Amino acid sequence: MTATYFLILALLTVSLFLVGRQRASSLAGAEPSSLHSLPSYHGMFLAALIALSMLLVYVLGAPLANRYVEAQALAGIDPATIADGLGRSAVFRDIHSILAGTYAGTASPELANAASAYSSAVSLTGWLLLIGGVALALAAAMMGFRLIGPQFRARNSVERLIKYVLLACSAIAVLTTIGIVFSVVFETIQFFTKVSPIDFLFGLQWSPQTAIRADQVGSSGAFGIVPLVVGTLLITVIAIAVAGPLGLFAAIYMAEYASPRTRAIVKPILEILAGVPTVVLGFFAALTVAPFIRGWGETFGLSVSSESALAAGLVMGMMIIPFVSSLSDDVINAVPQSLRDGSYAMGATKSETIKKVILPAALPGIVSAFMLAISRAVGETMIVVMAAGLAANLTFNPLEAVTTFTVQIKTILVGDQEFDSAKTLSAFALGFVLFFFTLVLNFIALQIVKRYREQYD
Amino acid sequence: MTDITISNGIPVTDYPRDALVKKRYRAERRFKFYGIAAIILTALFLSVVLLDVLFKGLPAFSEYRVDLKVTADQAALDPQNTRDPVTLLAGNYDKIIRDALAAQFPDVSTRAERRALNGLLSSGASDDFRRMISGNPSLIGQEVTVPVLLSDDADQFLKGYQTSEIVLEGTGTLSQTLNGETYSLRSTGDDFAKAFQEMQGFLFERLEKLTTESARLEKLIPGLDANAASSLQSQIDAIKAEAQTLNARITDANVAIELDEKLPSLLVNVNGGTIKASQISPSGIDGVKLITPASAEAAAPGSWSMLTLVTPESNRRVQDQAAIWLTKMKSEGLVERAFATRFFTSGDSREPELAGIRGALTGTLWTLAVTLLLCLPLGVGAAIYLEEFAPKNRVTEIIEININNLAAVPSIVFGLLGLAMFLNFFDLPRSAPLVGGLVLALLVMPTIIIASRAALRSVPPSIKEAALGVGASHQQAIFHHVLPLAMPGIMTGTIIGMAHALGETAPLLMIGMVAFIVDIPGGITDASTVLPVQIYLWSDLPEVAFQAKTAAAILVLLVFLFVMNAAAIMLRRRFERRW
Repeated sequence: MTATYFLILALLTVSLFLVGRQRASSLAGAEPSSLHSLPSYHGMFLAALIALSMLLVYVLGAPLANRYVEAQALAGIDPATIADGLGRSAVFRDIHSILAGTYAGTASPELANAASAYSSAVSLTGWLLLIGGVALALAAAMMGFRLIGPQFRARNSVERLIKYVLLACSAIAVLTTIGIVFSVVFETIQFFTKVSPIDFLFGLQWSPQTAIRADQVGSSGAFGIVPLVVGTLLITVIAIAVAGPLGLFAAIYMAEYASPRTRAIVKPILEILAGVPTVVLGFFAALTVAPFIRGWGETFGLSVSSESALAAGLVMGMMIIPFVSSLSDDVINAVPQSLRDGSYAMGATKSETIKKVILPAALPGIVSAFMLAISRAVGETMIVVMAAGLAANLTFNPLEAVTTFTVQIKTILVGDQEFDSAKTLSAFALGFVLFFFTLVLNFIALQIVKRYREQYD
Repeated sequence: MTDITISNGIPVTDYPRDALVKKRYRAERRFKFYGIAAIILTALFLSVVLLDVLFKGLPAFSEYRVDLKVTADQAALDPQNTRDPVTLLAGNYDKIIRDALAAQFPDVSTRAERRALNGLLSSGASDDFRRMISGNPSLIGQEVTVPVLLSDDADQFLKGYQTSEIVLEGTGTLSQTLNGETYSLRSTGDDFAKAFQEMQGFLFERLEKLTTESARLEKLIPGLDANAASSLQSQIDAIKAEAQTLNARITDANVAIELDEKLPSLLVNVNGGTIKASQISPSGIDGVKLITPASAEAAAPGSWSMLTLVTPESNRRVQDQAAIWLTKMKSEGLVERAFATRFFTSGDSREPELAGIRGALTGTLWTLAVTLLLCLPLGVGAAIYLEEFAPKNRVTEIIEININNLAAVPSIVFGLLGLAMFLNFFDLPRSAPLVGGLVLALLVMPTIIIASRAALRSVPPSIKEAALGVGASHQQAIFHHVLPLAMPGIMTGTIIGMAHALGETAPLLMIGMVAFIVDIPGGITDASTVLPVQIYLWSDLPEVAFQAKTAAAILVLLVFLFVMNAAAIMLRRRFERRW
């Protein structure tokens, strides 16, 4: 029904556009310049009226229709079976399969009745919606049609509408942020009614398995994020230890030494590296780097676990080299040439200029580049999921398996979840901490960059 | 007096300053070298990743099949002679194929052996045959050659991933004597003496490995608590005991070596049969037959050979018996290696040799279609508004800061948004490309907005001013003149954004696109998975053959990314105008 509705909407819109345009040109007759707006604006005006009114009917009507359909379908069902959401969705699943003819076995008369009530309610509301929408649209079109004339400022109306549509487009970004905040905050608050924030933030043990039965032993569930913080920190430190020097030196070379030809070769290499999907790097970390480190450790008599922080950290470091280098490259290039010239005039060599003049001048920018890289590393999921493991060890040894925020979120939420259990909710609390942390880091970094740009502009 | 030199204005010695300059130049060179080294290391890493994936993935694009001549027996396939398509699909194709395979090895008689022989075939071995017959029922009753897919283990063996092989041609005349079940083979040359030495070498290697392993484990003991330490100690003791027995076997150079499943297998091909050595001494071997030799006559030099399968039998999935069957079929030209079209035409499967990426590719296409349809209009609209119409006020500033921050939010957080909003609140279907596309659209929208704004900004204001000058409205100037000129830049940004969406995995895991789905999704509300998630799923599976499949899927993904990025670069080169 929805498809039919929107098909009719599209058809009406197009045809009323043509009608409007035709009407305007015929009114203008032999003198097109007598119209205030071009004929196609009159067409667009009518089309917009149609589309908006039909959309309005749908947006208002569809939820009401849904409510009615549900009420009709559930009217004959025993209230006890539909007391909770689970039972209700089971009934609807059955109704859908009965209507699709895929129901296993014979349906109880109660269910069969519900199914027929459901389908008749669906078709009834569908028709009502369609008739209502078309009626309103035609009424709006009649009114609009009367307005069309040489004096009518159709362009101004259409342009105002377009402007609002464009504003709505840019509001989506804000809505997304609000959506993220809402989706994590509610669940996090719910989580904190079950687990105290103090235990969450300062607990030294993470094992989110909660007991299913009250008398079970050993699975009480511990939600202390310190092991996760340490694990995330460990991997991030390794990653920055790799990406920091490599990315910075690459950026310095690219900005200060490289000829345009070298730049033309090296830049794409860094871009390709930045474009390699993280799942590919995770595969490489888990199946090539980790066994390599393990074998290498064994020849030195070290005990390396098969999923080590080192493997994940090294590969993640390689992943963020392009971030560090391209951002640092930008800020180094933004340092005014006059500073360089001044330094050369004092007799400094190129490297001395870089070390004593350019880097100090670019320091805020470079710091912010590192902060963005850190937030990238903290939020990265696939590499650590595939190479870092699940064991929440509280350790600083890079050869052991550690776990991170992202790994735990993924592990808890993938697969079957029990709603409203502390375990499921804890994933959202972790997500909240992760979102908050990266947001603050990014915000500060972007502010630093902005101030730095203003300083040299 | 020292005055003289100073008043001359000539330094006493210029040596220290020279050294300083040299030192500074050295520092200069060192600094430059660090930069080059950083770039080379990065490039090296990238090429190692790509080559690693390439070498792991290429074998998965081919598969081994046995070409079997079978008779499409009417009694098994269509007993009532109806040619009804449903009956044809239900026919017992497996039996025909298995009988045909058994006919190749008349030796095979016991049930266990037959089961081992059938184990060489894939569980979907008869699919091709079934498709052939149901597509062309007139073949029933005729003899046809059917390509029969081998199992993943057999495939891996034939590709050489299970073990390396050493083949030695016999240099002496080989005589065989049968004593009960045991064949005793003796050569007039020094073939077996050489093989014996080699086997001793393997024993030494194993001994060394055991010694280093026990030494390594012993070092760990001090750091453990009593319980773990005692269990580790017993492990070490077991290793030491094994080493001791090994040592005893090696010390005497002339005592025959028992070949157990922890040593490489030595197989002798003679007179069309194969003997597996169970004991080797410098003079010859004693062993059991895997394939009965056609005759018991002595074999001339060059007409027999020794085959060593280096990986011990206990460490590989293909046992000696199966290995010999496969080797024999290969030498008779029965198996062929062909391009695995299956990889592109079938959906996921639990059997590595049957698994393909078509389901994931279709899911990816649906998902990206939803993403593109949403984020292109919304992103461009937002960019036009912010660049051209937005008043300079607090609200606009907030929107701008918001977009920049959104671009750096971890992708898994978008997954949480999808889970809480689209699945739990709006009740959209789980695992569906619709929800995946929605989440990815929100994820890449900041990228597209930022790229589109840059493209709009790069169109010189004179264009807009000229349009305004001849009487166009502000919107006409933008939609008719500025936007078309900015289009190449916007498209480039969009393609890069879509490439980003194509490689994204984590948020899709959150909304349930990780299910094991065999069917090809037919629309945006069907349960499906996408290529990167398929890669993640396969990489988790224990079968070795899935590793190759994973790498192959990665190659396909990288090809797509490469094509998209190349298209973006082409667009930029071809249409971008410098003003």
